[in-house]
Amino acid sequence: MQIIKDFVNGLWNENPIFRMVIGICSALAVTTAANNGIAMGLALTFVLTCSSILVSLLRNVIPSKVRIPCYIIVVATFTTVVDLFMKAYFPALYEVLGIFIPLIVVNCIVLARAEAFASKVGVARATADALGMGLGYTWAITLISMIRELLGAGTLFGYQVMGDGFTPWISAILPPGAFIVMGILVGLINMINRKTVKDTDCH
Amino acid sequence: MAKELFFIIVGSVFVNNFVLSRFLGQCPFLGVSGKTETAVGMGMATTFVLTMTAVAAYFLQNYVLAPFGLEPFLQIVSFILVIASLVQLVEMVVLKISPALYNAFGIFLPLITTNCIVMGAALLIPMNNYNLIKSIALGLGAGIGFTLALALMSGIREDLEFADVPEALRGPAIVFITAGLLSMIFMGFTGLVPLG
Repeated sequence: MQIIKDFVNGLWNENPIFRMVIGICSALAVTTAANNGIAMGLALTFVLTCSSILVSLLRNVIPSKVRIPCYIIVVATFTTVVDLFMKAYFPALYEVLGIFIPLIVVNCIVLARAEAFASKVGVARATADALGMGLGYTWAITLISMIRELLGAGTLFGYQVMGDGFTPWISAILPPGAFIVMGILVGLINMINRKTVKDTDCH
Repeated sequence: MAKELFFIIVGSVFVNNFVLSRFLGQCPFLGVSGKTETAVGMGMATTFVLTMTAVAAYFLQNYVLAPFGLEPFLQIVSFILVIASLVQLVEMVVLKISPALYNAFGIFLPLITTNCIVMGAALLIPMNNYNLIKSIALGLGAGIGFTLALALMSGIREDLEFADVPEALRGPAIVFITAGLLSMIFMGFTGLVPLG
């Protein structure tokens, strides 16, 4: 039961992008097309899950004074794995995501979960939490990138969706679009959340 | 040479501002931009770390990683370790020189380690094959661009406190939208230097 709760937590209540607003750099930078969003999300989910498992396994071994450098090395190792893997098998995607794959190493989400959660609980709970957080991140940036691709290019996952009469709003795939779409989405999620909280208050 | 250096600095401060156009360093950009004084202090600390890191990354890449063929495997690990130690050094210096500033930075000073602007600049150096002087220019330009973005944002946010913002947009949401407008303004610099 606890494990399901840990998993769901990252999907909505403590969604890293929309609720906690951490790990924003990659969420803004790579979300110009829906494919990039999914790829980036899966890469981060892999690093997050593997490092959480390892940190959780080592939680009684790592002295608390040097824990942060230890976590960073664990995270850096798995980031190198993803980096080399993507470079070898998905060179086109790697080209687009650019430095944001190696930059997973400094993504606040990974270190925050290691420090705040994985270092305190058992492997099962740490895994559930990491998967939830990773998938929460993935759906969030996929949503952002779908909106940006739709408005900016009129396509979705590379397929034309908008009719011929549609004039693309180029700004959406340029940097300002990232900030504005993100701001509006965070605002919307705030609104939905407030509403549900109010509803439960009434009943 | 001087022209190229000028392009690197102007490029990273205005045209491809590291924060508003390359999206590096968003965490402190959102977190420390509440007050101008803290924002400028944070910007200066980051600029210092960035410049030092650029030098360190250059030497590490060209004299250790590349000659021994360790580049693909150890680049990320060794860069992050160098950055972490540099930040520790800056933290000790700031604590010694100005405890008030140290307290004002709060959690964000140790967080320079996980500020992707530092790691990002370090990774851009081997990617572009910059020499030592160009690396320093990149670090400095990135730092100045970061400080500029933070200072502008904090100025706007100080005024924003008196604005009547819709309830749902309060907090990070309105900061994102403001950043979007700021980023649009910075797009006006496009074409100021040749791309590359």
